Amino acid sequence: MCGTTVCRVLSHVLLDNSLGDGLADTILVCFMEMRKEVQRGWDETHFGKMGSYYINRTFFFDVHPPLGKMLIGLAGYLSGYDGTFLFQKPGDNYEHHSYMGMRGFCAFLGSMLIPLAYLTVLELSRSLSAALLTAALLTFDTGCLTLSQYILLDPILMFFIMAAMLSMVKYNSCANRPFSAPWWFWLSLTGVNLAGALGVKFVGLFIILQVGWNTLSDLWHLFGDLSLSMVTLGKHLTARILCLIVLPLALYIATYAVHFMVLNKSGPGDGFFSSAFQARLSGNNLHNASIPEHLAYGSVITVKNLRMAIGYLHSHRHFYPEGVGARQQQVTTYLHKDYNNLWIIKKHNSNSDPLDPSLPVEFVRHGDIIRLEHKETSRNLHSHYHEAPLTRKHYQVTGYGINGSGDSNDFWRIEVINRKFGNRIKVLRSRIRLIHLITGCVLGSSGKVLPKWGWEQMEVTCTPYLKETLSSIWNVEDHINPKLPNISLEVLQPSFPEIMLESHMVMIRGNNGLKPKDNEFTSKPWHWPINFQGLRFSGANDTDFRVYLLGNPVVWWLNLLSIALYVLSASVFAVAVQRGAHLPVEVEGLSQVLLRGGGQLLFGWMMHYFPFFLMGRVLYFHHYFPAMLFSSMLTGLLWDTLLRLCAWSLASYPLARCVHVLGILSLLLGTAYSFYLFHPLAYGMVGPLAQDPRSPMAGLRWLESWDF
Amino acid sequence: MLGFLQQPVMVTAEVNLNMVALTAVGLLSRLWQLAYPRAVVFDEVYYGQYISFYMKRIFFLDGSGPPFGHMLLALGGYLGGFDGNFLWNRIGAEYSSNVPVWSLRLLPALSGALSVPMAYEIVWELGFSHCAATGAALLLLIENALITQSRLMLLESVLIFFNLLAVLSYLKFCNSQKHRPFSPRWWFWLVLTGVACSCAVGIKYVGVFTYLLVLGVAAVHAWHVIGDQTLSNVRVLCHLLARAAALVVLPVLVYLLFFYIHLLLLCRSGPHDQIMSSAFQASLEGGLARVTQGQPLEVAFGSQVTLKNVFGQPVPCWLHSHQSTYPMIYENGRGSSHQQQVTCYPFKDVNNWWIVKDPGRHQLVVNNPPRPVRHGDVVQLVHGMTTRLLNTHDVAAPLSPHAQEVSCYIDYNISMPPQNLWRLDIVNRESDTDVWKTILSEVRFVHVNTSAILKLSGVPLPDWGFRQLEVVGEKLFRGYHESTVWNVEEHRYGRSQEQKERELELHSPTQVDISRNLSFMARFSELQWRMLTVRSDDSEHKYSSTPLDWVMLDTNIAYWLHPRTSAQIHLLGNVVIWASASLATLVYALLFIWYLLRRRRRVCDLPEDRWLRWVLAGALCAGGWAVNYLPFFLMEKTLFLYHYLPALTFQILLLPVVLEHISDHLCRKQYREISL
Repeated sequence: MCGTTVCRVLSHVLLDNSLGDGLADTILVCFMEMRKEVQRGWDETHFGKMGSYYINRTFFFDVHPPLGKMLIGLAGYLSGYDGTFLFQKPGDNYEHHSYMGMRGFCAFLGSMLIPLAYLTVLELSRSLSAALLTAALLTFDTGCLTLSQYILLDPILMFFIMAAMLSMVKYNSCANRPFSAPWWFWLSLTGVNLAGALGVKFVGLFIILQVGWNTLSDLWHLFGDLSLSMVTLGKHLTARILCLIVLPLALYIATYAVHFMVLNKSGPGDGFFSSAFQARLSGNNLHNASIPEHLAYGSVITVKNLRMAIGYLHSHRHFYPEGVGARQQQVTTYLHKDYNNLWIIKKHNSNSDPLDPSLPVEFVRHGDIIRLEHKETSRNLHSHYHEAPLTRKHYQVTGYGINGSGDSNDFWRIEVINRKFGNRIKVLRSRIRLIHLITGCVLGSSGKVLPKWGWEQMEVTCTPYLKETLSSIWNVEDHINPKLPNISLEVLQPSFPEIMLESHMVMIRGNNGLKPKDNEFTSKPWHWPINFQGLRFSGANDTDFRVYLLGNPVVWWLNLLSIALYVLSASVFAVAVQRGAHLPVEVEGLSQVLLRGGGQLLFGWMMHYFPFFLMGRVLYFHHYFPAMLFSSMLTGLLWDTLLRLCAWSLASYPLARCVHVLGILSLLLGTAYSFYLFHPLAYGMVGPLAQDPRSPMAGLRWLESWDF
Repeated sequence: MLGFLQQPVMVTAEVNLNMVALTAVGLLSRLWQLAYPRAVVFDEVYYGQYISFYMKRIFFLDGSGPPFGHMLLALGGYLGGFDGNFLWNRIGAEYSSNVPVWSLRLLPALSGALSVPMAYEIVWELGFSHCAATGAALLLLIENALITQSRLMLLESVLIFFNLLAVLSYLKFCNSQKHRPFSPRWWFWLVLTGVACSCAVGIKYVGVFTYLLVLGVAAVHAWHVIGDQTLSNVRVLCHLLARAAALVVLPVLVYLLFFYIHLLLLCRSGPHDQIMSSAFQASLEGGLARVTQGQPLEVAFGSQVTLKNVFGQPVPCWLHSHQSTYPMIYENGRGSSHQQQVTCYPFKDVNNWWIVKDPGRHQLVVNNPPRPVRHGDVVQLVHGMTTRLLNTHDVAAPLSPHAQEVSCYIDYNISMPPQNLWRLDIVNRESDTDVWKTILSEVRFVHVNTSAILKLSGVPLPDWGFRQLEVVGEKLFRGYHESTVWNVEEHRYGRSQEQKERELELHSPTQVDISRNLSFMARFSELQWRMLTVRSDDSEHKYSSTPLDWVMLDTNIAYWLHPRTSAQIHLLGNVVIWASASLATLVYALLFIWYLLRRRRRVCDLPEDRWLRWVLAGALCAGGWAVNYLPFFLMEKTLFLYHYLPALTFQILLLPVVLEHISDHLCRKQYREISL
């Protein structure tokens, strides 16, 4: 008796669509109220600071594309944050600063994930209970909750990913009414969301690939339909190119345009970029500067390496120590501006002063043989067959000679990349190589830090391998020559496409540079789906207020189980179809949902998870969350379908109809209860650590590796 | 019954003279003057050292590939009676008279030669004409990069041989599937496919790409078998099981077999011992086994031990301390406790000895009977030479300031009490009362006061720490990581001077033969793991190149240069073949897409069987090229031109296929249209 009542109540809830939606939203609002933590957690130092940079308009560098941080900055700006908080180290107090706008924005997008997932599953399965189950799984997941409480890029990224997924699914179901208004709407919305996802993090590329794959198979399907003329097919193709390639690309470029327009003041990111780029930033010493355009003999210059964070060619009055090559003056690279970075270009064969006003100006040309004299010490840039201090296969570079007179090992050929012989050399723009005349090696920086005798500056070597790598390419930055007319650097400023290209190169290099060190505890992709280990957001000791990013283990392990179960049941159906078995109509419909809808979700999970195995950079637990969203949607869809199948096969028994409802209900209640158990992880806990038996969380440390 | 008596015994032999001729020319081209030059050529210097190790049966670790390739080369040395006495240190060094150059180079040359007739067979089995098949074989024959690579003691030609063998036997299997499934011939080719695949993987890890390709094609064919409704369910199941056994289970077993033989052959300790765990080292003859032989198994209170870090990165090292103290103020202005340094030291040293002490007692000797230390016991670790106790406290470590400093406690009479109690946590315990065992137990030391864990941070200390590695107390991360795990390597029960009598009595230890305790699977998994994670430091080479250079033939490698006569050997492709093969791949791809789109609109240019043949040829040849080429774009290791050769071989096979297709279909059709 009691069972049937529950069934009825639940089926009532299930039937009432609006209530279902409303339920999810109410729960969300409750959560929003609870987000009242005053300390800053974890990466907030990072992205919060970048929000401040936008408000202060100072230029910075980050490995992620700008959209996410711009939105955070905008939210802060609109909510009255003035950008003055310093964001120095995790755990500082916000005090009077208005941070709720930024947090609230992220939290809002984070909570929008639930309705988006709900609608996606509803569209894919046409089943309210599946959608409700998915919404519950995401609502009751402590991980998603923790991640969307703070000023982070992940809620924004996940929002765009889910929105793109939803609009893709929606436009798939408009397929029978092509070129209608909703069709256009969802198609272009997909494009907009793709641009959003890619604009927040490069991980957005995965959803682009998924949408791309979906579009290709869609087009393939249309192409096989002989009733459509080639003209119609052409229209279909054009519509997709417009909405899914041109539109996102335009939006993506527009975010960069805004980014560069807003950030016009010199800031901490300058050094990562080339000299020409820095000339754009007000406050940088290259801004509005005017220097001679072409290099001439007698010019005083600084030479900057093109590789990121290597710096200027440098020398100083210290010798290489005993046992390190020849005991001559050190040549290094140095990141800061300094008098010791100045060099004078001289002719290799005459020591006469080229700045003598009686002599005509002679420009340096591509292929010339020159001598570089260090201005402060009057020693020549020199190399010889001694091994370099750190990179043993390269030759040592030293400063040699007295007052500019040295030997033939001081001669270098100056070459401009991709230029013909005889061309002049431009300041900032020309990419030059210096080739040692006698040994034939190329001047470069290995990027290794010298020991204390070298003042921990970076090693400069002459490499016998002639390959073009950035570490052996230089450009001229400062240029002083009284005999030449100064031109404004405005002329040299890079165009917008060049800026785009450069900032992408720098970002990609930055991403590749995030390599894990030895003996560092790094998160491995196989840890993630099994919820092996969380991430400490704030606080470490028992007296601190601790927030720990960890998925709700019940939800996550259910997801893991569901993936295995899905693969199994989908292959059973696929084999049955391939063997030509005739399925009853109901089962046929369910198997279609399982194979088509579930297939898309599984594909999404794989696309957002497996590529991480190939990445060499440092990985974190939160990288798994986009994949986790797909996995939760799959779980909802799978269990609903399986329970329906169960109910169908038991149709002859009286209680059969309740199997489905009871199953869904127990899953809902189970996840809700587990959330009740684990909610302190997200909302914060104080008191003894979980390994202490006195702690209220003591019984919940189900895995040794959870250190909350 | 006696029917065979009534009929004459007939032997009908069909000899394909094409094949014979191709084999003969192949052998001629690869074997002619094989022993010239009598000098170490390029990577022979690399493989040679491992051959010497095999000959002397000394254990080594090479991260570049599984052992089967090295073993094959060593087989050549064994057959030629090589004793392993040659110093492989320089390219271009003359071989001494004891090195059987000819037999060392024989196996790669033979596999290079046999690849030629195999190319013929593959194209023929794909359903193309003898003319195309002969063309493919001839192209392979005259490709000079392949000739160069086959004539030296290198592995690429052997890899190519097994790649081709895998594809060929799969094709033969496929063709016999149509006629007589489950016949001996069918089984033979199926099993051979699996064996050839695992041989290819066993030579170089990149062989796995060909294996995956064959598996993929086999999976598609198996899917068609499932869809074949003329077969009964049981028969379909038999088909699937046979394929799974031969193409998945068998290769794994064969791969394990390589390692089994490898470990059987290499039984003596050698220069790479230190990278391996203590238990592994103890299973080798000599080396650590000699040191640890007869030492007591169970660690007791009063035991003297050396503690090795299990992670062993950047170098394997032992917990160490010495008289010097931490500098009062570091260079960056932070202060230290100024107590005695504790480091990790990569050499054996008397300062690596520690005594396990019971906090409740004062004695540093082992009781009779010894009281073994168990999981969860609280111990103190006394440094043997300075008798100071291992200690950690809330002072930032010198180079990893987020972790605690570890020191040997010196009482300066300031308000810094000793915190020297450590709880023993045996990681690989079977029960909670497990005894701490020498070599076998992997233990962590958890600090009682702060619950920090003793960890090797791996950062070399500055000069004041003699460049030894930093050891810290990790308090933030309490999960499992190998750098927090230590094991006892050398062990003896403690004895002091005045207790000489008891000492003799005590020194009748429990004898253990640890080598028996380590199963083959344990040794295999450790060796395989270390091989995959060992890092080669050198990332730059004069002749290294990028994958794009290979297609453009923008690179070469000078293999050898005679110092006086300037005679040279270069690895350089044949430009005509490379360019036309690349062109053929492009033409294939374009034609394939064109046909596919037209078929989708129900316009069939090719009859169904021709189309299937065309697709299969593309899947194996163009696919073989793609899987052996494209992954190199993602690899971060130093790449050379010879890495492209397996891909090139598949691409060459595609060239005659495309040519024949063009002449058969496109040219003829045009001719027909004109004549009409």
